[in-house]
This record gives sequence, C-alpha cells and structure tokens, in this order.
Amino acid sequence: MDILTHFNYWAAIALATIGLYALVARHNMIKKLIGLSLFQTAVFLLFITIGKVTGGTAPILDSAYSLYSNPLPHVLILTAIVVSVSTLAVGLALAIAIKRDYGTVEEDEIHEADNDPGPGSA
Amino acid sequence: MIAGHLPILQVALPLIAAPLCVLLRRPTLAWAFATLVSWALLAMSILLLIRVMADGVISYHLGGWAPPFGIEYRLDALNCFVLLVISAIAAVVTPYMRESVASEIAAPRHNLFYGLYLLALTGLLGIAATGDAFNIYVFMEISSLASYVLIGLGSSRRARAAAFQYLIMGTIGATFLLIGIGLLYMMTGTLNLADLSQRVAKVPDMRPIYAAFAFITVGILIKLALFPLHIWLPNAYTHAPSAVSAFLAASATKVGAYVLLRFVFTLFGAEFSFERMPLMEILMPLSLIAILVGSAVAIFQYDLKRLFAYSSIGQIGYLALGISFASTSGLTGAIVHIFNHAMMKGGIFLALGCMMYRTGSVELSALHGLGRRMPFTTAALIIGGLGLVGVPLTSGFVSKWYLVQAALEADLWPVAVLILLGSLVALVYVGRVIEAAYFRPPPPGAHAIREASLQMLIPTWILLAASLYFGVHTDITVGVAERGAEMLLGIAH
Repeated sequence: MDILTHFNYWAAIALATIGLYALVARHNMIKKLIGLSLFQTAVFLLFITIGKVTGGTAPILDSAYSLYSNPLPHVLILTAIVVSVSTLAVGLALAIAIKRDYGTVEEDEIHEADNDPGPGSA
Repeated sequence: MIAGHLPILQVALPLIAAPLCVLLRRPTLAWAFATLVSWALLAMSILLLIRVMADGVISYHLGGWAPPFGIEYRLDALNCFVLLVISAIAAVVTPYMRESVASEIAAPRHNLFYGLYLLALTGLLGIAATGDAFNIYVFMEISSLASYVLIGLGSSRRARAAAFQYLIMGTIGATFLLIGIGLLYMMTGTLNLADLSQRVAKVPDMRPIYAAFAFITVGILIKLALFPLHIWLPNAYTHAPSAVSAFLAASATKVGAYVLLRFVFTLFGAEFSFERMPLMEILMPLSLIAILVGSAVAIFQYDLKRLFAYSSIGQIGYLALGISFASTSGLTGAIVHIFNHAMMKGGIFLALGCMMYRTGSVELSALHGLGRRMPFTTAALIIGGLGLVGVPLTSGFVSKWYLVQAALEADLWPVAVLILLGSLVALVYVGRVIEAAYFRPPPPGAHAIREASLQMLIPTWILLAASLYFGVHTDITVGVAERGAEMLLGIAH
C-alpha cells in the first residue's frame, strides 16, 4: 500500500493512536477528555475520507456536474460530531463536579482519597 | 391506523416525553408522567410481540422511504423479546422510583432525573428496534450519555468518579463500533443490517471486513462488560442511585448482549464469525473466566451492591458463553438468560433499594438480623440470589440447563463442569447474604426498622415472582427464545 496515496488513512490511524494513548497513559481527567476528542475526531476523518471521490465536486444537483463526492458519510459525521460534543460536555461537567468534590482531577489522587487501590490504568 | 406505526412509537414516545417531563416542575407530577409512559410502552411491546409471533417479521419504513435507502425498523421474534424485557423492567421500576429517588436525590432535580431516565430508555428501546447500523450507534450514545449522568447523580462523591470512568470506557466502546460501521460502509455502501448481511457475504475475504468485525466485537464487549472489559461496571452499579442501579443492571447489559447477537449472527453470519474468525476460541475462555472470577470476587465484597455487581459480571459470562456455542440450545440459553437475569438482578437491586431506604446502608453488616425486621425485603434478596445460583424452580435453573445441554452437545464436558462450578461459587456469596440476614444478631442498640412501603415492595416482588413463574412455566420464554435462536442461525421454522 502506497503511503502517499492513502495518507488520509494514515493520518486517521496516527491521530486515533495518539488519542487512545493519551486515554491510557494520562491520569489527568482533562487530558483524558482531550485524548477522547482526538480519538473521535480521527474516526470522523476516516469517514470523510471514505466519501471522497477523485475529481468529484460537492454533491449539488446540477446538470453541469455528474461526478460528486458521496454525501452520506458527511451526514453521518454531522450526527457523530453532535454526539462527540455532547460526550465532551458531559465529561467536562463531571470533571467540574469531581474537582468540587475531591479538589483534584488527577485520577491517582482521587483513588488515594477514596482509599481505593483503583483498577490500574483505565 | 396507529397500530401500523407501533414500531416507531415505541421509540418516539419516550423521546418526546423526556423534554415534557423536564417541564413538569413538581416531582410527583414528573414521576406520574414517567410511569404512564412506561406502562404505555409495555402495552405497545406486548402488542408488537403478539403480532410478530403470529404474522412474522414487521418491517417499518421511517418516513415512507423504502430500505436500503431509508431507515428501516425491523422487528422479529428476537428484538420484540428484548423490547418486551426492557419495557417490562421500566414499567416495574418507574413506580418504585418515587420514594427511592425522593430519598436519594434533591427534590429540585427530580424532573431532570425522570427526563434523563426516559432518554436512557429511548436509547435502549431504539437499539433494539432499529434495523440500521448507524442508528444503533446513535441510540447507544443516547442511552449511554443519559446513563453517565444518572450514575453521576448518586449521593456519594465516588458516583461522579465512577460515572467519569464509565464515560471514558463507554465512549471508547461506542467509537470502536463507529469505526467498524465505517469500514463496513466502505466495503458495501449500505447501512441497513439486512442489506449489509447479504453484501458482506459476497466480500468476506477482504481485510477491512476482518478489521470491522474486530472493532465491532470489542466495542460491543466493552458495553456488555465481559471480562476483561468490565472495569467500569462494579463502580458504576455500586455508586449509582438504587433505582438507577436496578434499571441499568436489568436492561443495559442485556441490550449489549442483543447487539452482539445481531452483529455476529444476522450481519456477519455464524459461518463467518465462527469459522473464518476465531470468535468461539476468544469468547468461550473469556466468558468462563468471567463466570469464575466474577463470582469469586463477589464472595469477598462487603458492600451488597458491589457484591451483586460482581455477580453480574459472572452472569454476563453465562450470556456470552451461550453465544459462543453458536448452537440452538446455546443461543436459546443465552436469550432466555437475557430475560431471566433481567428479572432476577432487577429484583435484587430493587430489594437493595428498599434496604437502603430503611437502613441507609447496603453494607453486609447492615443486613445483620434484618431477616426478622424486614422479612419481605430480605426474602426477596434471598430468592433472587438463589435464582443466580440456578436452584431448580427458579428461572436461573432454566438458562443454566440449556447452557449445560449446549456444552454436552458440543462434546465440551469440561465447560459443563465449569458452569456447575460457577453455580457453586455463586452459592458461597449467596450463602454469606443468607447468613448475615438470618443467623446474625442485629447490632446492639439498633433502632426499630420497619418493612419498606408497599409501593417499593410490590415492584420488587413482581420481578421476583416473574423469575419464579418463568422458572416453572418455561413454555413462553423458551418458546420465544428458541424461535429467536433458530432465526439467528438461519434454521427454517
């Protein structure tokens, strides 16, 4: 597989991996949410890439154009973006509530405060 | 005329009712409205199941757009059964909520609570009703987002930490599902489940299809909380408000099991999942570990909600084990266990809610001597527990019977032995509960505790009575489950 002709896919994979790494490796809740957003955005990029048709224009009904991009993935991703924004909002709201209750958003400090050994990295 | 639109009404009604519920400022009014909605949903799902069992599959085209271009709601024996389980749980848990929620959540938030609860219900019903892959993702996120907040409403600050952990895990799972659906769309150009299954069968040897299968399976297993992806579950169930624990324990993971069945059997097909892909080799050991480890860890818990949360991980193991056999009796066992476990675990968590309401604690030590003072609540707890063990005459026995049968049919007698061993381990943790309730003196200086009110006891006992009734009269549940299993395996009826 030629890296250059498929660079969109490689970019999506790289972004998704960076996002997942941040989710696993970071204990700070805000950083985790950033990782989560990055991961989701990478998937959006994957979907948009699927809809691309080489040489195609925007999907507008006009007799002058016959070749256009597949609009369906765009529509799906509009929905998924709404989902992702809501997830981020709920996540941040929970982080604020946790900061208020515990005085910190570091997961290891929260486990310490609860005397709970914690379930490892997750 | 309305009867033709039942499949969409089942999902649209709670979706429209949720914001209306938020507008009702008085707690009792919001609760009464949510209760009415949940009863209407139960009536609709019973009508749908009767129609599907009589006339076969119902295909409903959203907005009149024909599939595969429009969104299709496709109801067969399996998802009607799941719809019935979820709406029955909701219809029983909602009346119970009034007192339980009033004691655990501040009054100004009650309308928001019931609104969120109806949204979670919408998502779960939507997942079961829809025949569109992307729809499943959207409904899964609707129900999950509502559940994160519902769990976060728990009175202890740990509830917020548990909700955050669940949010991270749940979103990873849902996004994995989304990646899988994207890859499937890339290879087939369709999102309709029925259409997808035909087109995937034509290109089974493509690498993106393999990747899609892996992403979708792992994503769903996170939602299902199968070992080792269960980390979010014990904290979430332990710290959520009692009524929410009961609702989620009885419904959310069951829907996860349904989605797994749908993708593995309807979409990819048993041949692809079990012969080209090593699903059996992966699912079977994991579910056996889940059964043994989940039940064993439950023995060492002192918080009853946490104890039964770990027991849920074991029971999810039974569900996944039934799926991993890919045989009629295995799938019948799994589908019937969806129903049976929903009734038993729902009843147990409702009984724990009664205990929380009266004693203010669900620690094992708070149970000491409670057998005399709250006889109906403790008896409910014990009957539910015996069902988890799989004692004959309880419905837990029926599911395990089919699972053992499936193991013997597949010539896997060590698996049958492990299933029985799992029951023995369950007997130990249920034994601890019995011992604490009946054979320990109440703590000195304990003030008089009255039995919980009828409004909380009746829902608890309805679920447990159902679990006893369907442990003896197995025709209905096993009949529907068998038909669902045959349909999934493509055996003509």
